[in-house]
Amino acid sequence: MSEGRVSALGGAQSQGLVNIRDIGLQGMVSLRADLAQAAKAVEQVTGVAMPAMRAITSGKACSVAWMSPDEVLILCDHAQADGMVTALSKALAGQHHLAVNVSDARALFGLSGPEGALRDVLSKITPADLTTLAPGEMRRTRLQQVAAAIWFETEAEARVICFRSVARYVFDLLAMSAHTSGAVGHH
Amino acid sequence: MSIRLSTGGRLIDRSRKIGFSFNGKQMMAHPGDTLASALMANGQMIMGRSFKYHRPRGVVASGAEEPNALVNLGKGKRHEPNQRATLTEVFDGLEATSQNHWPSLNWDIGEVNALFARLLPAGFYYKTFIHPRPFWKHVFEPFIRQSAGLGRAPDPRHSDPDRYEQFYAHADLVIAGGGIAGLQAALAAGRAGLKVILCEQSAQWGGRAPIDGVEIDGQPAADWVDAAVAELAQMPHVDLRLRLMAAGVYDHGYVIGYERLGDHAPGQDTPRHRLWRIRAGRIIAATGALERPLSFAGNDKPGVMLASAMRDYVVNWGVAPGARTVIVTNNDDAYRTALALVAAGLSVPCIVDARPEANGPLVQEARASGLRVLTGMGIASVKGLRGVVAVQLCAQDGAGEVLEDVVCDAVAMSGGWSPVVHLWSHCGGKLTWDAAGAFFRPDHARPPTDQKGQGFVICAGAADGALLADETMVNAAKSVGRVLAEHGKSGAAVPVAKAAAEAPMQPVWVMPAGAGVKKRAKMWLDFQNDVKVSDVQLAAREGYESVEHTKRYTTLGMATDQGKLSNINGLAVLAQALDEDIPRVGTTTFRPPYTPISMGAIAGEARGEIFQPLRRTPIHGWHEENGAHWEPVGHWRRPYCFPKKGESHRDAVNREIMATRNGVGLLDASTLGKIIVKGPDAGRFLDMLYTNMMSTLAPGKCRYGLMCSENGFLIDDGVVARLDAESFLVHTTTGGADRIHAHMEDWLQCEWWDWQVYTANVTEQWAQIAVVGPKARAVLEKLGADFDISAAGLPFMAWAEGKIGGFTARAFRISFSGELSFEIAVPAAQGRAFWEALLRAGVEFGITPYGTEALHVMRAEKGFIMIGDETDGTVIPQDLGLAWAISKKKGDYLGKRAQERSHMTDPTRWKLVGLETLDGSVLPDGSYAVADGVNANGQRNTQGRVTSTYFSPTLGRGIAMGLVLHGPDRMGEVLDFNTTKKDAKGEMRMIKARIVSPVFFDPAGEKQNV
Amino acid sequence: MLTFQCPYCGVQACETELAAGGEAHLKRFGPGSSDEDFEGYLFLRPNVKGVHFERWRHAMGCGKWFLAARCTATLEVFGTYPAQTTEPPPEIIAAIKARRPDWSLS
Repeated sequence: MSEGRVSALGGAQSQGLVNIRDIGLQGMVSLRADLAQAAKAVEQVTGVAMPAMRAITSGKACSVAWMSPDEVLILCDHAQADGMVTALSKALAGQHHLAVNVSDARALFGLSGPEGALRDVLSKITPADLTTLAPGEMRRTRLQQVAAAIWFETEAEARVICFRSVARYVFDLLAMSAHTSGAVGHH
Repeated sequence: MSIRLSTGGRLIDRSRKIGFSFNGKQMMAHPGDTLASALMANGQMIMGRSFKYHRPRGVVASGAEEPNALVNLGKGKRHEPNQRATLTEVFDGLEATSQNHWPSLNWDIGEVNALFARLLPAGFYYKTFIHPRPFWKHVFEPFIRQSAGLGRAPDPRHSDPDRYEQFYAHADLVIAGGGIAGLQAALAAGRAGLKVILCEQSAQWGGRAPIDGVEIDGQPAADWVDAAVAELAQMPHVDLRLRLMAAGVYDHGYVIGYERLGDHAPGQDTPRHRLWRIRAGRIIAATGALERPLSFAGNDKPGVMLASAMRDYVVNWGVAPGARTVIVTNNDDAYRTALALVAAGLSVPCIVDARPEANGPLVQEARASGLRVLTGMGIASVKGLRGVVAVQLCAQDGAGEVLEDVVCDAVAMSGGWSPVVHLWSHCGGKLTWDAAGAFFRPDHARPPTDQKGQGFVICAGAADGALLADETMVNAAKSVGRVLAEHGKSGAAVPVAKAAAEAPMQPVWVMPAGAGVKKRAKMWLDFQNDVKVSDVQLAAREGYESVEHTKRYTTLGMATDQGKLSNINGLAVLAQALDEDIPRVGTTTFRPPYTPISMGAIAGEARGEIFQPLRRTPIHGWHEENGAHWEPVGHWRRPYCFPKKGESHRDAVNREIMATRNGVGLLDASTLGKIIVKGPDAGRFLDMLYTNMMSTLAPGKCRYGLMCSENGFLIDDGVVARLDAESFLVHTTTGGADRIHAHMEDWLQCEWWDWQVYTANVTEQWAQIAVVGPKARAVLEKLGADFDISAAGLPFMAWAEGKIGGFTARAFRISFSGELSFEIAVPAAQGRAFWEALLRAGVEFGITPYGTEALHVMRAEKGFIMIGDETDGTVIPQDLGLAWAISKKKGDYLGKRAQERSHMTDPTRWKLVGLETLDGSVLPDGSYAVADGVNANGQRNTQGRVTSTYFSPTLGRGIAMGLVLHGPDRMGEVLDFNTTKKDAKGEMRMIKARIVSPVFFDPAGEKQNV
Repeated sequence: MLTFQCPYCGVQACETELAAGGEAHLKRFGPGSSDEDFEGYLFLRPNVKGVHFERWRHAMGCGKWFLAARCTATLEVFGTYPAQTTEPPPEIIAAIKARRPDWSLS
């Protein structure tokens, strides 16, 4: 039953130097395995080739993000996540792995705006070098006091994933960084 | 008296006027003025009082090194003390007040300290306030506190209304200083394509060159500066920042920058300050040099200032500190001030040059324009009380016999220049003494080194000791060339700077050289802290040979300017007194920040709602809407209880417990850690992590377990559920989730990397709700489950999954209360919907949400331990009567070897027992059981302590757990526990408590096992 | 504030993204070991001034533990390498010797 399913901030939005929004329910599956061995199974299930180190690659229905040498995160439709776990486990039968639905453990934010402003706003709260972060690369880092992952879908659209429990903190951080009179003009 | 000149002032906009106030008096200024220039333009020479003697002081410098002109800025919520008038840009409506005086700036009662200056030498406080001992607390300290401190702290009831932020940046090259050296370096690096951040602490580019009449490539320096800035502004990879000070340099190329965005333009709604946290490949410190004062008697009087500062006020702001200015110098540069004053139509009665001869081009120019140049001379004293009325001249070589009185109202002094080597030194760069210039400059052979062991700070221009404009340009080009070479690039053509040549300076540390003690006691070194030549000499006589000790004994260089102005003068005086070379005496340590930065900038955005991340469960919103009283648990907020209108917290807790014990309660347990452990070696791995056996747990079953550190101490506990042959779900404590997951990964990655185990922390994937009490099953049945939840189908310590009320759920038959209990996990996105569904289904059973306090009391009634209450990092499971949960069969587990050490097996370790007060009262938290006798410190001996203590509404009395010497063997014995209260005789009041079993309620476990 | 390159994900990580884990290459002593061996394993650290092998976790990142060879006096980093080894690999030893010719692995 899908009744009563809500994302962490129920679609909250904020306008400023860049616009920030809670993207809502997003399917996420964490897969831990020997990535080289699992590549075929992952491609078969998600339709996306195994990403290279730090890359996030997208297909029709899914994106696959490289998280660590033995972990990828699969982004898919929220309703598909449990099925994705089952399919992966089946495709990886006999290979040591762990596939688990983590959709509800996370929050996903979309940031849109001019490229320079996007990089400036994020640079107020992360030590990661955003000057060199190109679309298609995911940077796992911290947003001030909490862990997060950042990537650019396009030059004008960035994504941030954090844990669900700190979604409000991250949203407030982003909104304050995007305060209209706080332009930096560095990027 | 100081005045605004009718012409000149390259930085001010004479077409506009703005109003500001000083000590309540309305004054006018022009945009571009600093508070110091504006005050002088209004005839206000006295701007502050010194710290110790409360001497009246005027401005002595024009920049960051200013020790005297410190003021309070703003009022109310925006009040801020100790702001430098020389760095404060005036804006319309600025309010400043002077500080460190009473009752007024012009008449300060503390000035009497100066009359007793002879009695207040260096170390006076250390020597005087020692005896008699009791006087410290009642006489000396209150007196010192009353007179100590500069400025007035902001009202603690106010919170800062401004916004602050931080900014992380990454650059190939950070250039600190926007003078001609910094600009030239930026041009070269920018043209070569490096990512550059060029920062300048002031509001103007160009530094000193435009003031000093320098020509670059045949054009006035100001024009060259404008062109350079224009070119740099076109480069997208170069970030130009005014009002951004490189405050500190740290390990591995880390630079802290301090950007002032709102100070000069309040009301714009910008952040007030922005703290830059920059990772720089290389740092060029083009930070220039600072002029030094000369040490002559009365050098601290208002109207005596640095020659370069005098020039700045005239040229930059069209302000004349005096009408008749005597110049006193040991170098040629000060002649520029004489010429600038004359050019502005001001009078220079004479130039007093301590050198026996002076014939450089600037000197000749001064002579040619009719100025009187006196060589081999010095100032014997300055006459005037709150300003200068005359100076007395003497031979520099003598003892100060007065040769002539010269009437004047200002003195411009120059004792030479010191490169600003702070950024070079912050991270360990060493210095070398330059005898020709009498200054410390960077020792290129010993730079601060980065992660690759390479020097990463390079000084350029005057900061590297190249003081003259032509040398500066060449030096800057060479410095940036080294950075470019590392990138495989080369620099462009070097602009040619032209400035008048200068004859060598001659070090003069005391003026006149043979001054007696009376004069030396009037020669200021540290103006703000009132440290004089005589104080440093006294310190040397009293055996302070180390410069670091002398600094602390005399407070030389410990004022808010941190010795920028005259530390070198002090070191030289110390060296002379010790009959040592200056380089052998050395310098004190340069520490960041270069000038003070605001606490707001350091805090950044971390205040108010986002001071810390506040973790919220999926059901947080419901708790908030239903009046939860919160308890912080780590970064989580958990409901402590849900008080009804007019109900006390204690009453609410009691009500929640009784409702749960007699009906059904509901707890949000989502914060409990949940970690999946999967793989062929998962069982083996958990056997190493837990003290008991986990590999034998059957799928569908749950088992309680203990985790210890390798040190043997208990670190976490919880229930493990076996999901399938290869998968376990590990429950940790709320605080343990991240810590235990990291602990698992540590052992898997670093010790047993060949074991096939994967972990995943799924704590936040699930909302977990405990349905607790005799009616728990009835509530679930009402909601409807598609799997067997009967006592037989889902017995105690089993788990099952399926749908409950349509929600996909896992139900664990585990209990932390001793009641029939189902802990039910549903996906977090549905957590609140499920919680509300349970509440609706439970209405007829009187379902009652309860908080953490009810949870704590109920677990204590059952004698269940709580990590963090019964454990404190020194407790092992054996102390807690948990030997049953320690496997005897296993050859190894983390902590097993440590638990075999003699201290761990010591039979006198305190052990867990229950405690029941004889009068039914509640023992104080942390109370100790006293024993006979006293220890070596005269304190009562102890034989146990309380670890948990509550009022039990179930039993109607106080219950407690505690660790007691031989406790389990002393059942029934009565102990005395201390309190913080005293009885009628003034003795510590004790509470008597009997040692009992820690299981106070339902010892057979009949209630949970149904 | 230090930076290290994580050998697992290639990120040049800032110290605030890392968690320090103390000395590397400790040999674990468990049940059956002597008191002296166990004490040495758990408590006795040489606290060297100079070349030091140490553990770091890329906690705010890929989550992996890695090892680093670093000079505790100058903070020079000679190299980082994966944690799945009981001793510093030859290329790390070579990198250290290139910079500290007198040093040897004791």
